[in-house]
Amino acid sequence: MSKNNILESIVVRFAGDSGDGIQLMGSQFAVSTALAGRDFATFPDYPAEIRAPTGTTFGVSAYQINLGGDPITTAGDAPDVLVAFNPAALKVSLPMLKPGSLIIVNSDSFTARNLTKAGYTEDPREGNALDDFQVVSADISHLNLEAVKVFGLSKSEGGRCKNFWALGLLLWMFDRELAPVEAWIIRRMASHPTMRDANVTALRAGHAYGETAELAASLPQLSVEKADLTSGEYRGITGAEALALGIAAAGELADRSVMFCSYPITPSSPLLHRLTRLQELGVGTYQAEDEIAAICAAIGASYGGMIGVTSSSGPGIALKTEAMGLAVIAELPLVIINWQRGGPSTGLPTKTEQSDLYQAVYGRNGDTPIPVLAAASSEDCFAMAIEAVRIALRHMTPVILLADGYLSNAAEPWKIPNIDSIPKIESIAVPEAAGDLTPQRLAYQRDEGSLGRPWITPGTPGLVHRTGGLEKDFETGHISYDPENHQRMTDFRQAKVDAVAEFIPEQVIEHGDDSGDLVVVGWGSTYGPIYQAARMTGTSFVHLRHISPLPKNLAELLDRFDKILVPEMNNGQLTTLLRDRLGVSPIAFNKVAGQPFQIAELVERIELVTGGDQP
Amino acid sequence: MSDKLTAKDFASSQEVRWCPGCGDYAILKSVTKALADVGAKPESTVFLSGIGCAARFPYYINSYGFHTIHGRAPAVATGLKLANPELDVWVVTGDGDGLSIGGNHLLHTLRRNVGVKILLFNNEIYGLTKGQYSPTSRVGTTSPSSPSGSVDTPVSPGQFVLGAGAKFFARAIDTDKVGLGEVLQQAHAFGGASFTEIFQNCIVYNEDVFAPFTERKNAAQTQLHLRHGEPMLFGTNKDHGIRFNSDSYTLEVIDAPASPDDVLVHDEGNAVLARLLIDMHMPVALGVIYKQPAQSFEDAFYAHHPTRMQRTKSVADFIKGPSSWVVD
Repeated sequence: MSKNNILESIVVRFAGDSGDGIQLMGSQFAVSTALAGRDFATFPDYPAEIRAPTGTTFGVSAYQINLGGDPITTAGDAPDVLVAFNPAALKVSLPMLKPGSLIIVNSDSFTARNLTKAGYTEDPREGNALDDFQVVSADISHLNLEAVKVFGLSKSEGGRCKNFWALGLLLWMFDRELAPVEAWIIRRMASHPTMRDANVTALRAGHAYGETAELAASLPQLSVEKADLTSGEYRGITGAEALALGIAAAGELADRSVMFCSYPITPSSPLLHRLTRLQELGVGTYQAEDEIAAICAAIGASYGGMIGVTSSSGPGIALKTEAMGLAVIAELPLVIINWQRGGPSTGLPTKTEQSDLYQAVYGRNGDTPIPVLAAASSEDCFAMAIEAVRIALRHMTPVILLADGYLSNAAEPWKIPNIDSIPKIESIAVPEAAGDLTPQRLAYQRDEGSLGRPWITPGTPGLVHRTGGLEKDFETGHISYDPENHQRMTDFRQAKVDAVAEFIPEQVIEHGDDSGDLVVVGWGSTYGPIYQAARMTGTSFVHLRHISPLPKNLAELLDRFDKILVPEMNNGQLTTLLRDRLGVSPIAFNKVAGQPFQIAELVERIELVTGGDQP
Repeated sequence: MSDKLTAKDFASSQEVRWCPGCGDYAILKSVTKALADVGAKPESTVFLSGIGCAARFPYYINSYGFHTIHGRAPAVATGLKLANPELDVWVVTGDGDGLSIGGNHLLHTLRRNVGVKILLFNNEIYGLTKGQYSPTSRVGTTSPSSPSGSVDTPVSPGQFVLGAGAKFFARAIDTDKVGLGEVLQQAHAFGGASFTEIFQNCIVYNEDVFAPFTERKNAAQTQLHLRHGEPMLFGTNKDHGIRFNSDSYTLEVIDAPASPDDVLVHDEGNAVLARLLIDMHMPVALGVIYKQPAQSFEDAFYAHHPTRMQRTKSVADFIKGPSSWVVD
């Protein structure tokens, strides 16, 4: 890596033991990056075990950040800088690195014991394994302990400061201010004055090491271009945070309280945690006894007039399936969020995948259509949460919003929207309790456009009626086993979901020409890498946020291209859906590795499909 | 009062479709009467149910009603109470719906003390699916799914609910208008989760399974109607009493006039006594067996919510997060 260049973008990866505070260090580096005016995207990559045995490869926790000037939409294919806190972290990360990358290793941790635990038979620093890289060894553990010695901490307490020591060194490398991180430490550790002061000291010591130590002469100072972001106020945001704010915003826009009911599951739980902090926005959170109870309580809350929301991940969504059918037949609003993860069964709980699209679109007993949306990025989770509630209330239907494990934790800068500029969310007016119609009939008078019924809630005088999971007469809502009525109701439920297409925006082309040889079609969190690959190859790119129903103009739009390439982190589910709904024959590019797409592999595939160089 | 509603006002327009002679008819009558007696309002009353014969109940009551899915009514009811704690919410369930497929929700609804009135119609059989043995069926029950007799030990609804931490447990017989009526009124008045087991006679698949203690001609000898603070007496002339045997730690029947001081006085707040009464086989204890008022889940939920679910701020107040920056 060349020294003191201004780079377009740079990818930094922090890796260490789960207990090393890697995620904390990474997220503070991201905040510092944002305050320095750079665009960024992050990818926290942590093990399923809470505290895996120290020093093992399966216990490695990593945090990757891509920062720079041009629009950054992914956490980067390959790290340019690796900070490895132990041999296991080095071993796991090494295959990701490009030749010439900079590796900073914590040399204190390269003991015989740790090398063995990582599966090294010899010290990789002594063989030729690292010849292609620029390696800087620093006694991080020792230097940190020396720095915090004055606080009289135990060895393990003092050792816990080493992530901030390393962060200090990184901040020196990137010529960053220490003040914002110090302020954060002081705020966060206010109740532990000794640890607070020790961490600030460690941070400063790491930074001073960069400035003064002789060893540091081999360390480059790195500088990346400032981002050309549109003017406005920004913040860093993860998908979980954006979705939480989106749900709360939807409550405000609809002037309804929100009841969020869920059961702990990875990687959905961050949303529950975030929402508990938004209570003053009329948000309640209820941790149910299981996944089924969670969706049923959300249905109960919706029946009672609040916006019922539930969230889970694939296995939990499977358990909720029967109750989704209840919300469909009872014509009640509900939002179901699926933070997809690697499957089947328990699969890869902490790894990302987008393999629940069939489940969302097709996966229920009976003909039970439900609108399906997908968020494209962390910040997009905000807008899509609002969209999901808007559709649920307008059409009186459950709505599934697909996100994934990557989006839950990945952070990016977000231009803070003005809530007042977002259109209000309307629900269908409750009828007057008068006239010729019985309350039972009034409850099932549907809106002509949206086909939604009025949201009449218990407690409303004069509109007392019954509902439930048995087939109902279209007009009266009473139980009906009439064959013609069941046909009519089945058609009606499909027509209602189809009607959603009349309200949603037309599909736009995200990048490139509006006709030609190839269009790449994506959905969900693959937006970032596909966008970059499309840019680099000059290919047209369409990204779907409305999965079911599809935007009305999509067929016509795709028809303008000779070939359609669909990259997905599953075995070809959108490919099937497009073939089913539009009769097109896309070329599938599938990756099911628990990891997001790399830009390079998408570029390669696009070039293969287009038969060589782009014009 | 002229505008006082009667039992008829709580009957819906729907034709009732249980088997002729089903115990559910008697329960429906007692419930509509109880609703009138307690001054319930149709618009603020909700009947929720799961799946089974009992689950048809909401269609026959003139109130808000929601026939949900198998075993899940307590979970739906919990969400509904959180959304609107003012509602009078009843859950109608059966031994299969409540104690088999929905056992988990029942457990948690009871231990949370959600303010719902749960009526479990126990007929010790699956009726709607045509007669399979249920989790309350006695060992040896022959049924289409157990032609040589069932082998599994049944669950005791009373022991289950007390084990779950229920604060109210009562028992009544479907056709006992007086006993059931009194229990329903108390169940309604209870602030938290009230659980009432109703012995229901399924005339098609499990006829007379409770006859040894429900038959009127023997009722005085076989039923112990409990009242808080009153001695546990039964028999035609109230000449039998219940005594605690401190050697065997069981309840036993004694000659009441011979040792009046030994007759136990019912204390509905005593959980140990409640457990002994639940297990007593003859006579069968009826009425409010256990009652220990405590804060309901929804009250606790709202008390802990800083704004009682009201919106006191705008998203604009939160949207900037811990740190933001301006790009010019």
